[in-house]
Amino acid sequence: MNAPQDDVQPGLRWLEALTASAGLRESGPGTVRLADALLGGEAARFIAVVPDAANRFPRARHGEVGLEEGWTLALLVRATVAADRGQRPRPIVAIVDVSSQAYGRCEELLGIHLACAAAVDAYASARLAGHPIVALLVGKAMSGAFLAHGYQANRILALDAPQVLVHAMSKAAAARVTRRPVAELEELGARIPPLAYDIASFARLGLLHRLISGVSAAAPSPEDIERVRGELAAAIRDARGGGRDLAPRLTSAAARATRAASIAVRQRLAEQWDAP
Amino acid sequence: MTLAARHSFIELSARERARAILDAGTFRELLGPFERLKSPWLGLQGVVAQSDDGVVIARGRIAGGSAVVAAIEGAYQGGSVGEVSGAKIAGALELALRDCQSGRTVRPVLLLETGGVRLQEANLGLAAIAEVHAAIVALRRHVPVVGVVAGLVGCFGGMSLAAALCSHLIVTRQARLGMNGPEVIEQEAGVGELDASDRGLVWSLLGGAQRYATGLADTLLEDDAEAIAAEVRRAFGSTAPPPRSEQAQCFLERLAAIDPAQPPEPQALRALWGRAEAR
Repeated sequence: MNAPQDDVQPGLRWLEALTASAGLRESGPGTVRLADALLGGEAARFIAVVPDAANRFPRARHGEVGLEEGWTLALLVRATVAADRGQRPRPIVAIVDVSSQAYGRCEELLGIHLACAAAVDAYASARLAGHPIVALLVGKAMSGAFLAHGYQANRILALDAPQVLVHAMSKAAAARVTRRPVAELEELGARIPPLAYDIASFARLGLLHRLISGVSAAAPSPEDIERVRGELAAAIRDARGGGRDLAPRLTSAAARATRAASIAVRQRLAEQWDAP
Repeated sequence: MTLAARHSFIELSARERARAILDAGTFRELLGPFERLKSPWLGLQGVVAQSDDGVVIARGRIAGGSAVVAAIEGAYQGGSVGEVSGAKIAGALELALRDCQSGRTVRPVLLLETGGVRLQEANLGLAAIAEVHAAIVALRRHVPVVGVVAGLVGCFGGMSLAAALCSHLIVTRQARLGMNGPEVIEQEAGVGELDASDRGLVWSLLGGAQRYATGLADTLLEDDAEAIAAEVRRAFGSTAPPPRSEQAQCFLERLAAIDPAQPPEPQALRALWGRAEAR
């Protein structure tokens, strides 16, 4: 028997847990799921990218954001913005469990950089239009896939669980590219927070709104699910009360410590911006 | 050929490139190397940190209008984006946005020469790139954001998304633009997927001429500093077409017509997606 976390799909599991729906749509790839559910007394839209062993693009069968995933995310988020025009913009929850962008020759030829940019554009535009965007990290949040699905959110929440990982490149690939053994990368990650993969280290960077502890990511109980729903609703209220930009990522207590250079650069740029 | 020599843009440093884009005599660098704003993370790993972190931010004028240029130095750490270099780019765009929102238009130009996230700063580089993306999308509503990928590093990783978000993207034949570098694809998917040492193949997929011919870049220029500066000026004087990154329906229909088991050859894609004049 495998350990439970080896064979579950955290993204799909949490989409089902939070919306009582698998989010399968009539058309488009089976990898991009969308479901609507009440959250904090209002209708919210949930979007997840999930694995699909039958995906027609073979490089996007294991939870990667590929060409159709990027463009479909863009289409669905844009449709949500269009549908809410003139009304109160509804919350959008991105459930994040994405292993990477799709690596392939066909993907590069057909412009996967543009497909992922389209998803970035759609989420950022929805945020600027007043939709509270909340990302919930329940599994991997890797590299370009996280940029496309989650990183433009007003608020980022994460489950404090071993399978929740954030990084710019998979450990094996990072070892090859930097010509460092995996053991050395792990030693560096333990010492230098931005190099680590685990979510507790990521929380020290000041980019997270909430790290949710004591919840089982792989097999959530009904109480776990209610707690996460409560956290999402609170994050949505917080986002509605704040600005439409990403400023909280620079003002949190952890950011003031770990992203001090990011803050200092902005302050000194502002001082020098206009000619003396 | 005329006797007037072409001046290479590619051979210029980031600082010289920014100077070449701005109107003569208007270049003013912000956070220059004497400010010593270095990466706080490289030294911890035994890597010598350069005192501008490989990004030049310059104010000045373009065709007489107030401007800011963010130029990445491809010769330093492969143009990789770390915490400081990323914050310089994002911060400059955020200030341009602030000015545009208060009615003072600032013309933003990105000179992109980068392998993407600096792996020695990993998650803080990725975070900065997300902030660069956010700033481009917000700024693009007020003023065109002009990107240039000249070469020879090219533009990869999360910064290839930044290039794709620009209102107007200028490339040369020496440029490469792609999300995953050929070496990374070869490592992740095998040499059967892509032989990174096959330069002809790599350029046929990711090269500036191909990106232009398939409609994924707006202008293809020779490696000529004055021609590139003139095209940047022209881009600010004209109305940008609707951004490609907003055309989800169109691109999904294009993808639906493609069989992933038999994808088109690069040349054939030009006929399928390209502008009439570039085929």
